[in-house]
Amino acid sequence: MNAILQFLHPLIDPASIPFLLWTTLAKSIGLLCIVLVMVSYTVYAERRVSSLIQDRLGPNRTGFPLSLFGNLFGIKWRDWSPILGGLGQPIADAVKLLLKEEFTPAFVKKFYFWIAPGLGIGAAIVSLAVIPFGSKIWGVDMVIANIDIGPLFVFAISSLGVYGIVLAGWSSNSKYPFLGAVRSTSQLISYELSLGLSVVPLFMIVGKLNLVDLVSYQVQNGWMILPGITAAKPHLPGTLGSYLIIVPILISFIVFTIAMFAETNRLPFDLPEGETELVGGYHTEYSSLKFALFFLGEYTAMITGSSFIVTLFLGAWHFPGIPEGGAPSLAGLLLGFVNIGVFFVKVIAFLLFFIAIRWTLPRFRYDQLMKLGWIYFFEIALVNIFLTALILAFVP
Amino acid sequence: MSPTLFWIFAAITLGFGAATLINRNPVASALSLAVSFLGLAALFTSLSATFIGIVQVLVYAGAVMVLFLFIIMLLDLKAEQRRQVRLSALIGGVVIAGLFASQVVLVLRHFPKGNHEFPPLSLPHPDAVNIGLTLFGHYNLPFQVIGVLILVASIGVVVLSKRELN
Repeated sequence: MNAILQFLHPLIDPASIPFLLWTTLAKSIGLLCIVLVMVSYTVYAERRVSSLIQDRLGPNRTGFPLSLFGNLFGIKWRDWSPILGGLGQPIADAVKLLLKEEFTPAFVKKFYFWIAPGLGIGAAIVSLAVIPFGSKIWGVDMVIANIDIGPLFVFAISSLGVYGIVLAGWSSNSKYPFLGAVRSTSQLISYELSLGLSVVPLFMIVGKLNLVDLVSYQVQNGWMILPGITAAKPHLPGTLGSYLIIVPILISFIVFTIAMFAETNRLPFDLPEGETELVGGYHTEYSSLKFALFFLGEYTAMITGSSFIVTLFLGAWHFPGIPEGGAPSLAGLLLGFVNIGVFFVKVIAFLLFFIAIRWTLPRFRYDQLMKLGWIYFFEIALVNIFLTALILAFVP
Repeated sequence: MSPTLFWIFAAITLGFGAATLINRNPVASALSLAVSFLGLAALFTSLSATFIGIVQVLVYAGAVMVLFLFIIMLLDLKAEQRRQVRLSALIGGVVIAGLFASQVVLVLRHFPKGNHEFPPLSLPHPDAVNIGLTLFGHYNLPFQVIGVLILVASIGVVVLSKRELN
């Protein structure tokens, strides 16, 4: 382990390695637990919100604590079911998926068929490593890997996620999955361009390519899309340039958010698995746990995307009135946890937005999707960079 | 950097590089090349060239190889898998590769500076800032020229891929 740490931080003091080791381990495990629980409840939220939109009830029966235990401890289930009903659904779903028959069709290419589900979810989880999900706890930065090229790391790792979909489609050796994989490859590659280009203005403004620096810039100078909200005092900066710069930031926010929908294969861009055309798309031939991994991967990618948007544009863990934690005292410790809570509340709000969009808009046609990506977003993102450069250079 | 990890990543890079050539299945070849790129990215990262390392993953493993894979899957190549290995070609290839490798070893053994250990560089800025300063400062003209070259190439592609020229 020491070798790995020295490999990652060549100039590190060897004496501080054990401390670094266990804090990193604790942060990784903690974040993974939070994210995996969030994934299962995002699925639940999706079902409840969709039923709300469609005037249905949705899964509202599976109790939490599961009805039987509730009766044992004298809790009257009837009193609580309108509020807590359905909260046990994710557990029941997980058990159902685990216990289903693990069926591998005879015509698939076995090796690739087996590794494909893991690649998708792996890429989504690894990207979380560079996202600062809180301020500090006891002087320790709440980010697993504070590297100087955070956004590039996220793009690089998420661009590897496409291998999962491509291999799933190809190794299934059947027509619909293959069509889904082909669609998804071209979709992901097309939208990666606008995704990457649209965040360039932010880093031009901040002048650093580090996500922790970006967050502290937002704490000092206001959130990227709401510059009035700062830690210092709630006032708008005075110069003309600081007002004009909001325009390219808003453009980049809109382009980035829509491209993120395409990258995570969410409606209105869920062409790779469009049920009405492709049965199930790239995971048609999958069942049981391997299907569950694809499913989890999709929702983990949603959470990664939301965390990334919250970090870039919405001030990450900062909220007006809540000071930064991190001081080695009880108050500092509590504030540190509150900051983490604020971050995840913002992420959840964005996830609900994702879900509401899915059940509101119809699916795009494939040529419309490609046209949107290449003819509009790519150009808008490029021009936006020039606009930012002009404002930064010529307007004081 | 730790020598153990250097050897591990060097082995990954070279091993999967060899697998790229040896595999008869084109998809397996392309995937091996992608893993080889990942090993190379890790080697760059270990030299504190994080920017190059990540760009290696982003551009080569994430975009170029995916396009390769895409084309290979669409073409559905089977000819390579069915083709027999010719003994004469195999022997010729091995002999030439062996001669080349022995040449490299002979040259490197008589190159004393290769064993010299250099102190780690201490750079004033992060990696990406250094690259930006060098690229847009010292090498600005070549950078602009390459930009024009790529523009010409992409216009050429658009012209060539149009079915009807008016």
